[in-house]
Amino acid sequence: MAIDLFYFFVFPGLIFAAITGAFLSWFDRKITARVQFRKGPPLLQPFYDFFKLLLVKETILPKKGSPMIFLLAPVFSVFGATMAGVFILLPLFNITTGFRGDLLVIFYLLTIPSFSYIIGSLASGNPLASVGASREMKLIISYELTFLLVIAGIIMKAGQQFDLNSVISIQQAGTPFIGSISGVLLFIAGIFCLQAKLGLVPFDMAEAETEITEGMFIEYSGSAFAMIKLTKYIMLFVLPAFIVALFMNGFRLEGISILWAILKIIVVVLLLTLIRNTNPRVKIKQAVKFFALWMNLIAVIAIVLIAFGY
Amino acid sequence: MSKKTLIPIGPYHPLQEEPELFKLYCDGEIVRDIKWETGYNHRGIEKLSESKTYDQVFFLVERICGICSTSHPFAFANAVEEIIGVEVTDRAKYIRSIIGELERIHSHLLWVGLAGHFLGYNTVFMWAWKYREPVLDLFEMITGNRNSYAMFRLGGVRRDIDESKIPEIQNILDGLKTKTDLLAGAVMDDPVIHARTKGVGILTKQDILDYAAVGPTARASGVAIDVRKDDPYAAYPLVNWKVITAEAGDVFAKAEVRLLEMYESVSIIEQCLKGLQKSEGQDIALKIKEIPEGMGMGRAEAPRGEVFHCVFSDGSNSPARHKIRAPSYVNIATFRKSCVGQTIADATISLAAVDPCYCCTERMAVAYDANSGKRLMNARELIELSVRKTSEIKNKLI
Repeated sequence: MAIDLFYFFVFPGLIFAAITGAFLSWFDRKITARVQFRKGPPLLQPFYDFFKLLLVKETILPKKGSPMIFLLAPVFSVFGATMAGVFILLPLFNITTGFRGDLLVIFYLLTIPSFSYIIGSLASGNPLASVGASREMKLIISYELTFLLVIAGIIMKAGQQFDLNSVISIQQAGTPFIGSISGVLLFIAGIFCLQAKLGLVPFDMAEAETEITEGMFIEYSGSAFAMIKLTKYIMLFVLPAFIVALFMNGFRLEGISILWAILKIIVVVLLLTLIRNTNPRVKIKQAVKFFALWMNLIAVIAIVLIAFGY
Repeated sequence: MSKKTLIPIGPYHPLQEEPELFKLYCDGEIVRDIKWETGYNHRGIEKLSESKTYDQVFFLVERICGICSTSHPFAFANAVEEIIGVEVTDRAKYIRSIIGELERIHSHLLWVGLAGHFLGYNTVFMWAWKYREPVLDLFEMITGNRNSYAMFRLGGVRRDIDESKIPEIQNILDGLKTKTDLLAGAVMDDPVIHARTKGVGILTKQDILDYAAVGPTARASGVAIDVRKDDPYAAYPLVNWKVITAEAGDVFAKAEVRLLEMYESVSIIEQCLKGLQKSEGQDIALKIKEIPEGMGMGRAEAPRGEVFHCVFSDGSNSPARHKIRAPSYVNIATFRKSCVGQTIADATISLAAVDPCYCCTERMAVAYDANSGKRLMNARELIELSVRKTSEIKNKLI
């Protein structure tokens, strides 16, 4: 029991994932700034942001709507992200072997933050938030199928193994999954799903600042918004780690390999950052079409290729 | 029957820097109706102008808008010079046109950046504004100010452009051309930008004529309206240039028109610089002793369209009446045509596509009672209020 709590709250759960995610968030912002000829924030800026919101800023409740759900939703999102993080990071760091079928559990847990945002924003009773929530709903419907197809492809590649640990160990014994045509196709689809899950441009229409003024998060302030920030930090570490585990044969935590592990995460985050800096925001209709048609097609082609052994 | 939700854009909204209120009545994501309210920004400039001398009014109208801060003095100078019936020297004309065109370049670059920001493409935003910086430096070199240049005066301009500055100006213009090429390439060839802007916020030729829209908004719909050609002033008839038009009338066409206009502006400035060398030694300003009675109308093509100033003079040293019409005043009204039936995501970029400038537009504020919807203060009541207050103060003092 005590060890489980340690896993959840300290390592590799809440505190570790949040701190790593905060540094990755700094990296993302710094790269963005450099691309845009700006100087960028100092290293500890994500921490300043978080603690300012948590400790200094006042939490304002919307007059209409239901304050209980409004305040609980961010907490749910933190827990969902952390749970997913624990299940992904335990096998990845080779602490425990996980359990059979944990890939599907992770898939479900990764959707909890998005659903919490939707519930919280609808509870705020703001029309702009409801527009954001409806956009997020449409987005979830469109990308989740692709994400599931990607995971299905990985399961097929791993020889019908449903757990993350064997996916990693099969790759470490042979070649990483990204080293084949089908692997590359799945990786492309997976990266775009990540982009949508993280709510980054071009798929940030649920919080589009210049259209609906942060949409889902418009009514959040103070410590409730700090929880949302925390979720975003955790997700920014957990999702790239998941992709690294699925495609790039995970981590090996000995000697020089630790550097490789850090490099892999940074490469994935860099890819996400560059996509978000070289695209405008698409409309929700276009995003749905992009996932429902093109990304699903790519994923299905990859699965067919896997069936033929490529 | 579905209930329409009200999505407000404003009074303070990240889409626009200035206070304004657009009420989008939406059915889901589709905008069904639109209402707009301005009046948050009224400063009474026309009234203020009547209490200033003609020389001071130039500084006043320059402050109507920070972006097109030369087009208002330009139009005002045209109006007052029409009353007097003088024509400024060629050298002053060239300098006026150079300032006007530099302003067009910086305003269009600013718009390209903002349009990128509204689409969530912050890289374009930052790049366009970085490329705008040399233009502002150029302004600082020529006029001493990055904005609000204080370059115009009755009968000419305040500062000359020396021969020694011309190579440096040419140098910056050359740099600007390559940068505009880069930006145009990045914006015009991006398939995702095409997907976001093509076929969005379409204004047909008929809509433009119905709403009397002006400037790049009209030119993007194939209406070749440009004061510089239609009612030539300053050095524009002396140089060779063409009016840029596009046919589609959507947001993409508006961006295209603006980007191509920047090349035209660069070419106009280059020709004006040659004209400056030819008109070496001429006075930059005429001496104007007095302004006769009469009425003058001045027009100038601002980056957003036609600026119109009408000045009545009673022979004194300040205008008796000064009427201003800014381009956004007519352009904002086209939102009803371009936004209704679009989604919210399209409506916002359609709003931004005409480059609305509220501080130019706002001329009058009307207060309504929130409960009954009745107009609270009409002109007569305001005058009565004013008279009553004045007499009260008088009684107190005497």
